Amino acid sequence: MSAGAEAMRRGASANDSDSEVGLWLFLASEVMFFGLLFYGYAITRITHPLAFAEASAHTDVLLGTINCVLIFTSSLTVALAARCLRTGARRASLRLLAATWTLGFLFLAVKCYEYDVDVANHLVPWGRFAFHGGLAAGERMFFFMYFVMTGAHAVHLIVGLGILAAMVVGVARGRYTEHNSEAVELAALYWALVDTVWIFLYPVLYLVHRP
Amino acid sequence: MSQATQAILAWPAAATPYADRVDVLFWAMTGICGLVTIGITLTIAYFCFRYRRGTQVDRKLPDLAAGRKRSRRIETVWIAVPFAFFLVFFGWGAKLYYAYDDPPRDALQIFVTAKQWMWKVEHSNGRREIDELHVPIGRPVKLVMTSQDVIHDFYVPAFREKRDVLPGRYTVLWFDPTVRGVFALRCDEYCGTSHSQMTGKVYVMSQDAYGRWLAGGDEQPTLARMGFDRFRELGCSGCHGPSSTLHAPSLAGLYGRSVPLADGSFVRFDDRYIRDKILQPARQIPAGYANDMPSFQGQVSEQDILELTAYLRSLADTSPDVPQGNHLR
Amino acid sequence: MNTAVAEGPATPAEGNYLTNGYSLWSWLTTTDHKRIAILYGLTITVFFFMGGAAATLMRIELISPTPLIMSAETYNKLFTAHGVIMVWFFLIPSIPATLGNFLLPMMVGAKDVALPRVNLLSWYVFVLGGCFVVATLIAGGIDTGWTLYTPYSTRFSHTTVVCGVAGVFVTGFSSIMTGLNFIVTVHRLRAPGLTWFRLPLFVWAIYATSIILVLATPVLAMTLVLLAMQRVFGIGIFDATLGGDPLLFQHMFWFYSHPAVYIMVLPAMGVASEVITCFARKPVFGYRTMAYAIAAIAAFGFMVWGHHMFVAGQSLYASLVFSFLSYVVAIPSAIKVFNWTATLYKGSITFEAPMLYALGFVGLFLVGGLTGLYLASLGMDADLSRTYFVVAHFHYIMVGGSVMAYFAGIHFWWPKITGRLYSEAWARLAAIVIFVGFNLTFFPQFILGIDGMPRRYFEYAPHFQFLNILSSAGASILAAGYVLPFVYLTWSALHGAAAADNPWGAKGLEWQTRSPPPVENFDAPPRIPVRPYDYDPEAAERERR
Repeated sequence: MSAGAEAMRRGASANDSDSEVGLWLFLASEVMFFGLLFYGYAITRITHPLAFAEASAHTDVLLGTINCVLIFTSSLTVALAARCLRTGARRASLRLLAATWTLGFLFLAVKCYEYDVDVANHLVPWGRFAFHGGLAAGERMFFFMYFVMTGAHAVHLIVGLGILAAMVVGVARGRYTEHNSEAVELAALYWALVDTVWIFLYPVLYLVHRP
Repeated sequence: MSQATQAILAWPAAATPYADRVDVLFWAMTGICGLVTIGITLTIAYFCFRYRRGTQVDRKLPDLAAGRKRSRRIETVWIAVPFAFFLVFFGWGAKLYYAYDDPPRDALQIFVTAKQWMWKVEHSNGRREIDELHVPIGRPVKLVMTSQDVIHDFYVPAFREKRDVLPGRYTVLWFDPTVRGVFALRCDEYCGTSHSQMTGKVYVMSQDAYGRWLAGGDEQPTLARMGFDRFRELGCSGCHGPSSTLHAPSLAGLYGRSVPLADGSFVRFDDRYIRDKILQPARQIPAGYANDMPSFQGQVSEQDILELTAYLRSLADTSPDVPQGNHLR
Repeated sequence: MNTAVAEGPATPAEGNYLTNGYSLWSWLTTTDHKRIAILYGLTITVFFFMGGAAATLMRIELISPTPLIMSAETYNKLFTAHGVIMVWFFLIPSIPATLGNFLLPMMVGAKDVALPRVNLLSWYVFVLGGCFVVATLIAGGIDTGWTLYTPYSTRFSHTTVVCGVAGVFVTGFSSIMTGLNFIVTVHRLRAPGLTWFRLPLFVWAIYATSIILVLATPVLAMTLVLLAMQRVFGIGIFDATLGGDPLLFQHMFWFYSHPAVYIMVLPAMGVASEVITCFARKPVFGYRTMAYAIAAIAAFGFMVWGHHMFVAGQSLYASLVFSFLSYVVAIPSAIKVFNWTATLYKGSITFEAPMLYALGFVGLFLVGGLTGLYLASLGMDADLSRTYFVVAHFHYIMVGGSVMAYFAGIHFWWPKITGRLYSEAWARLAAIVIFVGFNLTFFPQFILGIDGMPRRYFEYAPHFQFLNILSSAGASILAAGYVLPFVYLTWSALHGAAAADNPWGAKGLEWQTRSPPPVENFDAPPRIPVRPYDYDPEAAERERR
């Protein structure tokens, strides 16, 4: 077949890996999204070092650590799920995907509970704010960034839950199989981003000045 | 130079040596850019004319290898030459800017507060003016500026200088006028509805005239005097005074000096530091002292801070607790 | 071979992408990149006239140094609307989403972009963003300037800022999707044998632009989120009274907005290379250098944002670095101007409308770029920044550069897109009117800036009036110039003579297919050239005789 005709044919079925390249580019744009937030955090931390240390001590490091465990585990389960599907272990893949979804959902639940406690403790820098005194300005900055960054992360996680649910349904219905596992692999890749962002969020928000 | 710029379409006269040097740079740049623009435009026009379809001229292109070698040589030239010019102009502008960055130590300090939509100017002896700035000729003038609301910009075309005026911060603009006259002052950072009406005048006058002007006007206490009153009213002397039982540093003679901080670094005891200490004392704690100073955020206005700063400056080389009289610093 | 008129039937050939469904529904649900390009083209034309209307009103007002037909508030809202609409809703999508969408797949020999449904989604997202902007205008418009500096935009403006930035935020996703799509397309859908250094420079330009779209736009998105949060909740990192820093906003904003201007100019450079090579019938001079220059501009464009902040309270040392890098980024642009000029040497040049626009682009971009050097200089920027000098500089690049190149591209590929010819006489007239009107509008503004007239000034000192009147007179000519293509191109779309497949005798894969192209772009796989721009000026001369 002539090179040209082959190109036309390839154009017709080249969708799979195109989506992967597309997703990597999307992840690059996500790095810039969160990068901007980390930059804002970094600058405000440099100008308010004591306030950030003081404020970070008021985050719930226990809940944050629990969330770490949840999300790291979910990252493992989703990676295994993709691998299982690729090697034909469909049922295992389904269970692992469901486990990932559950872990992600639990993460969200813990986060909601954490937000609830934060609001009750007047840590939201709006209206009645818990801190006054010399460091208050910096503490406001800290909690502003805290809520914006964890909020943005939560939004991405919720989207991830939607994607995972679609994967569960797809695998259950036999739409995604070992011959057609691209979607699940891309979902795992996206979930890896959600996990990676948390890896950076956790220390800068929870561990600023923990002895 | 000044004559040349003035002659062309009402360009503002250059009123400082710095402005003159900017004009020289400007003309040099314009000369080169003009030559380049004319050169390239004429070249394009010439090629379009000579090589338009139908002309009987030689259009033989060199073969690939020779052509590539030739084009590489040509391209090297026209990358290197512009780069050299760019370096020259970068260096020239940078050197000029760098040389004039730090205000001289003996500069006359004047405070400027910008607000929507006016310029409030305050001389050290307390004389105030609105939308006008009187300065003496032949003496560097340093403007310490802040904004009460949004970002403004203090722009005097005749000085070829401008600086943004920010809320919550001091920015500094200095100049050394050598030409007497009245020069336009314009706000040059969009600041809301009446941005284009936030203009004023800079009066450059002889030293004598300035002295007379300064002494005139309503009898008002100096900024330093008012700062001394604030110092007492706000309770600063309660901790920083000599009879205080609390371990707070004495502020006499500190202005302009280097202060060691608790984290081992050093900071200059200047307007910025004073302002930060008043509003956010916990950010920079001096070595050997505890984090006991309360914040006065919300209790002091920009005006108060200016006055307190003027007072502390006046303590630069005398004993504490003695307010200084009318002197120009 | 170079005859423009088709020898076939009077109407364009059947069985092309335009005849593939005539209903509105078929257009609104299309995944054909060519139709999506036209959807974008029509949408941005609407925005162009909206932004142009704002500019017209502004220039009428500026005839008088004192209020003439409007209040200061209205003027401030007009220049904001003009900036927001022209930057985000016209210039940024113009060449990439219109010409790029139409041509990129064809230029790489593919039958569509890599992700066609994402492509359609990007248009809908764009329109949604536009709806927010229209809503903002109906609610009275915003008056912050397109640069949205804090704290004015967060605490002092009484206008619907959040609605306005929401529109920009939403549209940003359209940019990201478009850029993402193009990158994947260029990487994965190139026909076999079409290596990188055989691609047209237009593809290089769109590719580099797409990298910037994907990497820079998210930064703007988050900046706008932070701004909106500060405005709505009164908390945040930009407010000095709360311990924040207004300069932080400026750094974040310009980190996107400087690369954004390269989004606007790189595709224009790509168009110029296509048009000039075709109408000079000559390969581009220094193809590889041109390609590397495109990449260099995109890369260095990310490193110079601080040159917008020399007088903003930025440290001297940061300013030194940004000034130096701003000179560095000018070098690849200079190279491109020299190479376009050298392309004309020993060519066989004709002056159809696309060529007139392209040559105009080169000249005006040259002036715009050189005046940028004034602003990159620390010594001169303190005087010239925030004055009309800056306004003139960026209009020379964006209007004299990008818009002229956009028109060059629209005219050049018009026969391919519509299968019809436009009126060459009217098009040449329009090009000349636009060139003259443009220079008359914006050259006086350089002088106004040097004279000390600040930008965004509703009222001004009386001695600036003469130059302002000249500028406004030029604007009226420019406006007439822009109306002309709208008229004759519409006429051509409806009644124009049928065009041959390749009326210009151009190289490039898109010219190997029919005009208008079939739905899947090529009836037969295209022939991949060994070299791009395989023109021969001597052959062109021989053919003519």
